[in-house]
Amino acid sequence: MDLTRRQALALGSATLAIASLSGLPAFASLTDEAITALTGGADVTEGGIDLIAPEIAENGNTVPVEVSAPGAVEIALFAAGNPTPAVATFKFGPLAGSRSGSTRIRLAKTQQVVAIAKMEDGSFRKTSATVKVTIGGCGG
Amino acid sequence: MKAIKLLVSTACFMGMAASTHAEEPATLSIEGQAFTIQASAPAHTENLDEVTSGWIYRTKETRALQLDDFDNPGFVFVDKAIDLWNEVDGSEDKSCASCHENVEDFAGLRTTLPRAEDGELVTMEDLVNECRTEQMGAEPWKYSGGKMTGMTALIGLQSRGMLMNVAIDGEAAAFWEKGKELYYTRVGQLDMSCSNCHEDNYDTMIRADHLSQGQTNGFPTYRLKNAKLNSTHARFKGCMKNIRAQPYKVGGDEFKSLELYIASRGQGLSVETPSVRN
Amino acid sequence: MASGVKPRVKVPKKAAAGDVVTIKTLISHKMESGQRKGDDGALIPRSIINRFTADFNGQNVIDVTIEPAVSTNPYFQFEALVPEAGEFKFTWYDDDGSVYETAKKIAIG
Repeated sequence: MDLTRRQALALGSATLAIASLSGLPAFASLTDEAITALTGGADVTEGGIDLIAPEIAENGNTVPVEVSAPGAVEIALFAAGNPTPAVATFKFGPLAGSRSGSTRIRLAKTQQVVAIAKMEDGSFRKTSATVKVTIGGCGG
Repeated sequence: MKAIKLLVSTACFMGMAASTHAEEPATLSIEGQAFTIQASAPAHTENLDEVTSGWIYRTKETRALQLDDFDNPGFVFVDKAIDLWNEVDGSEDKSCASCHENVEDFAGLRTTLPRAEDGELVTMEDLVNECRTEQMGAEPWKYSGGKMTGMTALIGLQSRGMLMNVAIDGEAAAFWEKGKELYYTRVGQLDMSCSNCHEDNYDTMIRADHLSQGQTNGFPTYRLKNAKLNSTHARFKGCMKNIRAQPYKVGGDEFKSLELYIASRGQGLSVETPSVRN
Repeated sequence: MASGVKPRVKVPKKAAAGDVVTIKTLISHKMESGQRKGDDGALIPRSIINRFTADFNGQNVIDVTIEPAVSTNPYFQFEALVPEAGEFKFTWYDDDGSVYETAKKIAIG
């Protein structure tokens, strides 16, 4: 697609206008849908789950994250600002030494990373962290 | 879209911010081995008081990836290179291991390259390909390809912790002078030289990126950006594209001379191969 | 099989019975997300590791469902309970049907 600079700018501001009219970031609902699919619509309470992620990621391609929720049977990670929010789900087996795991993930832009734990009693816990993803410069 | 890209990148270079210091003073120790990441600048680097490893300009999460050889994803490529080391290739039915029993025997080599030999400036890539074509009867590897960069990382790793110490006198002097001239020559649409960023503005932010001195002691380096090992020449090429210049040829005379000159600016820093950068 | 896939795992050589040990795993894989376009402008098809499991003597430690948002060269760190001497088995499942396996023994002492 060959756009002139003028066309591209016009397109950009139109998109911005639509996004600001709708009031909510477009992808939040996708994450909500994914979370509902996991919980079946059950209540999700804050607390009892930790998510460690950098405040600023030097490159969105490789962002280290760690989740931990004592008593969880599984923990799912979502990136609310990615084109598709699902990231990974850790299911803990009988020989899990703790209900925690670390991985490295891709974040398309500055956004919230959300972790949902399904607990042994069937309840759900949630926490989130905002990760600023830097772009530009020569490293990005 | 080209016009937009150019606007953005011009803004990027106009956006060099005031000095921000690297995160708290740090020491680098990997698997119990201490590294020299700050040293007095060598006499021939007259515009710097101190030379510093690029590691100190990275965030704590990026730094952490280099502290443990398992966490460092560069080592997966080193592992692959160990397989290549033992793999027979070419008409002579030889592998690297057929002649060089232990890769450990190359300890120290990385600190002295590139070096002048019989009127030519020789890089580690040249040495590897010379072995392949002359000894193994095999096809040379692509100068900055995955196999070559893995192998130079494996060989470079054997010198890890040793101090950079390239020769710049004698036969090397002419190459070094040429590299120095390239370092200070402005090129490209943005009309910038290596020195504009890496000598005049290191430790400042170039938009969101913390500029380093552009040292090469950690190369090949695993970059988060492209999730693979990157050779010095590939990085030079990336820098030149960033300033909208026509890059010199990877493996060509200009980049080899520049590699020697920049290596000499890092004299006294430990080899960190394979380092981790953004 | 995707080319050049190589697993790495780090497991302590020994532990006391009942110890919890830290395990690190990494596999070289491009993790093509299916979101990128190639030089010809067409989407590059998704090709990722979609599942990773760790088992010890036939019992599961962790079972990870992986989406394209996991980085190139997927890395996982977790803890395992070691009730007795035995062998960890690590398995990665590729979109293309390939399965990559590696194993590590752990002694009690």
